[in-house]
Amino acid sequence: MNTKKVIILGSSALKIGEAGEFDYSGSQAIKALKEEGVYTVLVNPNIATIQTSDYLADQVYFLPVTPYFVEQVIKKDKPEGILLGFGGQTALNCGVELERSGVLRRYGVTVLGTSVETIINTEDRDLFVTKLNQINVKVPRSQAVSNMEQAVKVAAEIGYPVMMRIAYALGGLGSGICQDEKQVRERAQKAFSYANQILIEEYLQGWKEIEYEIVRDQYDNCLSVCNMENFDPMGIHTGESIVVAPSQTLTNREYHMLREIAIRTVRHLGVIGECNIQYALDAKSEDYRVIEINARLSRSSALASKATGYPLAAVAAKLALGYSLVDLPNSITRVTKACFEPSLDYIVVKLPRWDLKKFRQVSNKIGSGMKSVGEIMAIGRKFEEALQKGLRMLEIGASGLVQNREMEFGDLDEELTEPTDLRVFAIAEALKKGYSLDKIHERSFIDKWFLAKLENIVNIEKKLQAVGEQRCPQDLLLEAKQHGFSDLQIAGATGHTEQEIRRLRKDYNLTPCVKQIDTLAAEYPAQTNYLYLTYNGSQDDLTFLERRSVIVLGGGAYRIGSSVEFDWCCVNSILALKKLNYQTIMVNYNPETVSTDYDECDKLYFDELTFETVLDIYEKEKPLGIIVSMGGQIPNNLALKLDKAGVKLLGTSALSIDNAEDRHKFSKLLDELGIDQPEWKELTSMAEAEKFARKVGYPVLIRPSYVLSGAAMSVSVNDEELEKFLNKASDISADHPVVISKFIENAKEIEIDAVAHEGELLVYAISEHVENAGVHSGDATIVLPPQRTFLETTRRVKKIARAIAKALKINGPFNMQFVAKDNDVKVIECNLRASRSFPFVSKIFKTNFIDIATRVIMGHHVPRVDRSAFDLEYVGVKAPQFSFTRLAGADPTLGVEMASTGEVACIGDDFEEAFLKSLLSVGYKLPIKNILLSTGPIETKADFLPSARILQKMGINFYATGGTARFMEDNNLQVTRLHWPLSGKSPNVLDYLSEKKIDLVVNIPKNYQEEELTNDYIIRRHAVDFAIPLFTNMQLARRFVEAISRKNLKDLQIKSWCEYEK
Amino acid sequence: MEQKKVKARIELEDGSMFHGFSFGSIKSVAGEVVFNTSMVGYPESLTDPSYYGQILVLTYPLIGNYGVPESKIIDKLDRWFESSRIQVLGLVVSEYSFTYNHWNAAKSLSQWLIEHNVPGLYGVDTRMMTKILRDEGTMLGRLLFFTEEKEFYDPNKSNLVEKVSISEPVEYGSGEKTVILIDCGCKDNIIRSLVKRGIRVKRVPWNYDFLSEDYDGIFITNGPGDPKMCRETINKVKSALEGTKPVFGICLGNQILALAAGADTFKLKFGHRSQNQPCVEMGTKRCYITSQNHGFAVDGRTLQAGWEPWFVNANDGTNEGIRHVSKPFMSVQFHPEAAPGPVDTEILFDDFKRML
Repeated sequence: MNTKKVIILGSSALKIGEAGEFDYSGSQAIKALKEEGVYTVLVNPNIATIQTSDYLADQVYFLPVTPYFVEQVIKKDKPEGILLGFGGQTALNCGVELERSGVLRRYGVTVLGTSVETIINTEDRDLFVTKLNQINVKVPRSQAVSNMEQAVKVAAEIGYPVMMRIAYALGGLGSGICQDEKQVRERAQKAFSYANQILIEEYLQGWKEIEYEIVRDQYDNCLSVCNMENFDPMGIHTGESIVVAPSQTLTNREYHMLREIAIRTVRHLGVIGECNIQYALDAKSEDYRVIEINARLSRSSALASKATGYPLAAVAAKLALGYSLVDLPNSITRVTKACFEPSLDYIVVKLPRWDLKKFRQVSNKIGSGMKSVGEIMAIGRKFEEALQKGLRMLEIGASGLVQNREMEFGDLDEELTEPTDLRVFAIAEALKKGYSLDKIHERSFIDKWFLAKLENIVNIEKKLQAVGEQRCPQDLLLEAKQHGFSDLQIAGATGHTEQEIRRLRKDYNLTPCVKQIDTLAAEYPAQTNYLYLTYNGSQDDLTFLERRSVIVLGGGAYRIGSSVEFDWCCVNSILALKKLNYQTIMVNYNPETVSTDYDECDKLYFDELTFETVLDIYEKEKPLGIIVSMGGQIPNNLALKLDKAGVKLLGTSALSIDNAEDRHKFSKLLDELGIDQPEWKELTSMAEAEKFARKVGYPVLIRPSYVLSGAAMSVSVNDEELEKFLNKASDISADHPVVISKFIENAKEIEIDAVAHEGELLVYAISEHVENAGVHSGDATIVLPPQRTFLETTRRVKKIARAIAKALKINGPFNMQFVAKDNDVKVIECNLRASRSFPFVSKIFKTNFIDIATRVIMGHHVPRVDRSAFDLEYVGVKAPQFSFTRLAGADPTLGVEMASTGEVACIGDDFEEAFLKSLLSVGYKLPIKNILLSTGPIETKADFLPSARILQKMGINFYATGGTARFMEDNNLQVTRLHWPLSGKSPNVLDYLSEKKIDLVVNIPKNYQEEELTNDYIIRRHAVDFAIPLFTNMQLARRFVEAISRKNLKDLQIKSWCEYEK
Repeated sequence: MEQKKVKARIELEDGSMFHGFSFGSIKSVAGEVVFNTSMVGYPESLTDPSYYGQILVLTYPLIGNYGVPESKIIDKLDRWFESSRIQVLGLVVSEYSFTYNHWNAAKSLSQWLIEHNVPGLYGVDTRMMTKILRDEGTMLGRLLFFTEEKEFYDPNKSNLVEKVSISEPVEYGSGEKTVILIDCGCKDNIIRSLVKRGIRVKRVPWNYDFLSEDYDGIFITNGPGDPKMCRETINKVKSALEGTKPVFGICLGNQILALAAGADTFKLKFGHRSQNQPCVEMGTKRCYITSQNHGFAVDGRTLQAGWEPWFVNANDGTNEGIRHVSKPFMSVQFHPEAAPGPVDTEILFDDFKRML
């Protein structure tokens, strides 16, 4: 182990196809290197990650993971080695470029683990096929093409339908099935804008999709840590599929045939570390194809790691340093070796979490491209048990496979052949409607074994319904529990309440067993703390001792609005508890997280965050209490119910949480305290809504109070729009009232993140948004400390926060949002829990708000943190990451509904520096020569005029359509006029975009809510499809212009986090 | 699909009792209870003669998913199985999958068990049972129906090899070289693996006197029970070791070779039965993932002069193979023929062929 200093590349912001799993893998890698005494340097602008914590890497750079910035860091810190396999495709692509451009050689940096040559052999489809042919491993018939005519020719040769893939694409970007030449042409044109090479291949409809996770050391020891089987056969991206581990429908011959091929392939390619291999396996023979190899840690490897308990990322990091698998211990059993293949005595089910309703104009069909934003993993000893747990974990309102609120399926047959995000529920519906397994199989190609399991669930529901309100017999209740029915589901099917079923269950003495995940199916004793609950067992694996333990509830699946930030909060809360000598218990089920690493806490329950399960764990563990304020909205929502069930909640009381969550109660409180808020009303009819809107004046913000993760909020500027929206939210009633409030235009938005101790404000951070109010805070660019907020405004914000903390006796973390106009401050939101911005403010201030909050919650004395928000010598800017490229058709505009999938934050000596670094981290590019402008209505056109003048002085060329062009000419600005997309005339905007003659698009939408296929929409969508940076927000565009007029790339400092001194 | 549930139970020697439901045949049995942690391969495992006399507990909770293939004799061997019948005495699982689906399946696991008159029990916490067997060691047990009673029975006190070996020699394959395969309870894939390599195999009963015959090598197979019961085989092998013709052993064959070479064997607490046993080749950093099924092991410390350990188990340090320092005599405790399990060590058959 001669390497002493290593640079690790992170995966930057979370995006579709590249999410939290790389925080997990990067964190494990850093820990593993530190164990070996290696000095670690991390480049990752994702400030909400655990890996960018002060206690992990020796140096952290919040800088873009791009060749330019990484080269600067290498130049400065002179590492000896570089790890490319722990930061997803972002890190891999960056590393390949650094190698190709000779940077690594120039600075003497060795790639540790799998070589770049091997990486290229797996990524370049032609080389890949050649390599696999050398060892007689079958790949799909395919050919790489580099121009349109070739693409069309090859597709015809292979025969339709064909599959199109892009080299170097994360999550199957731009891949898809083409039925005919027209589709080939459409897809290929888009694809060639990303890649020089695309692949046309045979389409393996109905084949099983199987994956293996392989590790190999430099001594050629090679083994398979986990295999996985997709419930959804070929055609559905593995990130979009339900996945089980281990495989369920494979025989010994098939399992070991694919395993042997995987090992042979990995050896031949020369991977050192971890590798994922995906297969298609014929459902009617032993024929197979290798579809893809990822010579790096991946989403699947994170899943495999959690599914088996085998710490793949840590092992991969050690192998990269030169260890052999025989040298490394099995960190779960501690008595056996890492050189073995885990044996599971449970089944794991992974389900994707989609958020498609949050986007306008996105199809809910699933296919070979990835659209899901997160995933969950459920563990059980029956497939049915794990599946139903998993469906609840998704938090999409489902209580399992059955007993869900009405789900409407227009055409079930179509739903089965052309699946949507609700496929599994559609199958349940089809089974209820009497479809045979054969019929469902013929349409969906899903293996009948899986379908039969779904049928079991449907049949048990029928049995429960037949029992009805009679006392449910013990054996049926047990059967239902063993098949994953929750108390709530059983209650629903039998016409009881959840509490009644819980009581009945207790009468029968039916409680779940706690089982350990020990990697060896109990063959050796293991002191493992990695646990799950099951009804398919008769004995707990451990005994429960009275100890000073505290349960922290995690954040669940990553989804829009709740992601790695909350995991950071949970992990830091656990750390704080450990320091205070409490036994820590984590409950969470997201395989992409660090909180579900079993070495983070004393006990990990990889299980549901439902009332039932949390209470079951609480009753087993008898802890001091539960912390609900770290994991975001899921635990927060459980507070009141748990409290009523007699659970000891630690921190702010459930009553106070309810007073803040309930709009009526909160509003009343504000009135009592004399705190201003936008006028609002809860309404149950259209007439009332219109009356209110006219009274307060348009625009108004509308929000259904009962929300199932769908697109919920909307802004209306007139009666017509209001009516349109209310018609869409069809179900307005006393049960489903709509909240309407005055929408304040041209106002700033301010946030405060704070911790209070029994009502007294202890520490706080006030930050401002770059965008005006109206852009969801999760999509806003946030500045800390504020640079353009009046002192008086921040003073008022602080005062209000103090008053509310006192009134609600807040004891822990909280977050409030305000709109400010002039010095008028109105409260728009208050959450008595940690918020999305806690890691950001903690890391910028270098004051761990969660550590403080946890001490407060546990009743420890914490001195007031004496700090004015304005005395930092630097500025932090947090910017959102959007994944619109992945969501075909989505309109990439910002609104009151959150749409970003991740975020970054960078630090600079001033706003402009931090701002530019952040934007460069989320895909904006410098330098800029040609800008396409379409600046909306006349007011915004005028708003942008000063910026346009600055740009002209910088020598930038303008392109514009119709109105904007005329406006600019009238104002003596040089502009090239282009024709609208729908005009069909040239020079057309679309040609300029697809030919990449434009470096930046500024396109300000004309109104808040327009869904038609307008010229503007087409321009925005084209910009996204051709990866051209786009601004749709005026404030953001203007600040960007100011920033680039003052700074260029060279002015952006290469300073690590600790070089920014307080 | 689901039939009316018949209750059944399994009782261990220490008094622990597990209740479940029946699949397969309704028949009470008594024998030795062992567990296997494999996740695939029940048709292969159940027909492995090394399980003779044993009630098998599978730790993987979902069993029966892909059914059982139809019997198909190719070159005197049943294509999809390891012997011509189910060898286990009884089967205990957590969940039995009443529905199966696979292109190669002809019947359900339950049907197959019924055809062979073997009982199965599902709905048992097999993890809990495994922990008892792991902590207390392999135990005797009885799988009981209704009010039936059955005495505990220790199969290791009889010569099990005698019961699973063939009675008359059988020949397989063709080739220039002939190998005498001493059938102590041979898994068919050993024969297939040799035949595939162009070796003529003469499979002989466990106590067959082959010494006077013309052959190029000896192969001692796997088999059930205590190796010390195979006195006659040990003696014949001992004589063979006086010569220089290659000898290779697998599993029980490893133990027999060791005993023939003067070393000792002992009973493991709960044995190795799985597909994930790591075996390190001595003197190297190479580790192989192997398939195993054995309750007895060679005591590596008792190896006589001229012999050395070849492989060792990376988990518990037990012996996994021995070899002679100068002569072509060697054996492994694991199963290079796999079936079920990983095929990583199949290369050992190539090594053996080269020695002939």
